[in-house]
Amino acid sequence: MTKKIKNLNLNFGPQHPAAHGVLRLILELDGEVVEKADPHIGLLHRGTEKLIENKTYMQAVPYFDRLDYVAPMNQEHAFALAIEKIMDIKVPIRAQFIRVMFCEIGRILSHILNVTTQALDVGALTPSLWGFEERETLMTFYERASGSRLHANYFRAGGVHQDLPAGLEKDIAKFCENFPKIINDLENLLTDNRIFKQRNVDIGIVTKQDALDYSFSGVMIRGSGVPWDLRKSQPYDCYEQLEFKVPVGKNGDCYDRYLCRIEEMRESVSIIKQCLAKMEKGPIKTFDGKISPPSKKEIKQSMEALIHHFKLFTEGYRVPKDEIYTAVEAPKGEFGVYLISDGSSKPYKCKIRAPGFSHLQSMDYLIKGHMLADVPAVLGSLDIVFGEVDR
Amino acid sequence: MINLTDLEKKINSELNTKIKKTEIKHNQIYVEIDKDDLIDVTLFIKTNKDSKFKQLIDITVVDYPEQKKRFKIVYLFLSHEFNQRMVLSYLINENEVISSLTSIFPAANWMEREVFDMYGVSFKDHPDLRRILTDYGFEGHPLRKDFPLTGHTEVRYSEDQKKVISEPVKLEQNYRNFDYESPWEGTKYIKEQTDNNDKKN
Repeated sequence: MTKKIKNLNLNFGPQHPAAHGVLRLILELDGEVVEKADPHIGLLHRGTEKLIENKTYMQAVPYFDRLDYVAPMNQEHAFALAIEKIMDIKVPIRAQFIRVMFCEIGRILSHILNVTTQALDVGALTPSLWGFEERETLMTFYERASGSRLHANYFRAGGVHQDLPAGLEKDIAKFCENFPKIINDLENLLTDNRIFKQRNVDIGIVTKQDALDYSFSGVMIRGSGVPWDLRKSQPYDCYEQLEFKVPVGKNGDCYDRYLCRIEEMRESVSIIKQCLAKMEKGPIKTFDGKISPPSKKEIKQSMEALIHHFKLFTEGYRVPKDEIYTAVEAPKGEFGVYLISDGSSKPYKCKIRAPGFSHLQSMDYLIKGHMLADVPAVLGSLDIVFGEVDR
Repeated sequence: MINLTDLEKKINSELNTKIKKTEIKHNQIYVEIDKDDLIDVTLFIKTNKDSKFKQLIDITVVDYPEQKKRFKIVYLFLSHEFNQRMVLSYLINENEVISSLTSIFPAANWMEREVFDMYGVSFKDHPDLRRILTDYGFEGHPLRKDFPLTGHTEVRYSEDQKKVISEPVKLEQNYRNFDYESPWEGTKYIKEQTDNNDKKN
């Protein structure tokens, strides 16, 4: 006699520590094997794009911090670049180095969080304790430069908001000396760890073709052996002047992606060092008074500066009618801004292309046929942050 | 290796009846087509050996409520081989149904769901056209220009009914949208008056 057994439907999230945020994942289980995964997203939807349409270009910057909130400045970078390209603004070289340096700090911030929490998901607690201490140091750098640990609001079209405070460069250099040792420590704990390998090797394999079809980017596509990095292929700011390698995986599984992230952190440290070495004193934002606000001293002395200041902080600057797509290599992949300006001081449309959105979409394809216990491992290696997926 | 100008020529010659306009700016190629040619053009640029736009980066819509053809559908493509980007677009009316790209690019699935959710544009042949970002039971399409920034309803937990309820938005203060142009360029109504005066004289 045959009995019909109904598959079990399981809600994973929206409040589950391994869901990395507010993800409601509906899993259809046949025993312990996942038959189907249906991610329900949007629990963190704040309507960022709608809000940006109603704010001036300068007021829109903080919204970008709140997308992928573990690497805020990388997002601001895409928006700043989009405006700069439309308005043809030249960014001073020091500002470029500062921006690239903080983008790489953001990359380390994001990768530490991802690597260590992925380890946490598969059962290792120690890496996260060690990693978060370093994140704390890095966030102090953010704070000293921008005044805020997370929501920096630091990049502007035409440069950065303010120059680095005295002593910060020295401290970042010191961090670069110490940090590789921490990466080695993390690797000692994880890379050859039997349990970590059992949970990650050959799990969530992505083939090259599927990585293209599902519009993967960043580590997700590099882990599958496609050497594609926007910092190399479509360099922006001063990336052309810097030397770094692009780590590429072989098998496209969770373990390879972990190795890529570890190696990328090492490259980031080397980029930060190069930035510090090449950085010279100089202006940190464009001199065009129609775009960047004057200094406090100038406001006190010059009528024109005062007018510029007033105009910039009420009306904001106007961006000529144009349409552009700009992308940067954010820690999670290709983060893009599709901006349509209509000649006023507010964007007509600002579509944000978040890498996590397309990565999470492939959850069903990645997890089909895997065991329930593999769900957190795959989810962890996708590197999902709900700020950017839900926007 | 093929550069953007050659690509533009090639697209124009091989698909000439289907292409309405091409333009190169910001190192990207912008192509305008007709709604019905979407599938043909996409297949061509994906498979042709000189374009190979194998990755669909994003799909989005621009809303122009004052135009007769209200929505501009925009597709962003990326070619890894040639390191090029293409922006493909076409205009549609408010109630038109457009073809889905899910059979060519699986990644289009959620992107089209998002377009449907945010703008209310429907796709035919889409395997699973549901709302994606907004709440369960949400009404309206938030990114349309005529949708208010504050929305229509707000949710709260009701102690009386012991559940989350939604009710019309009540604001202590209305959202204020300042007309920054006024003091410097002259407000619109003053501009119109002066224009009229000029005509009279």
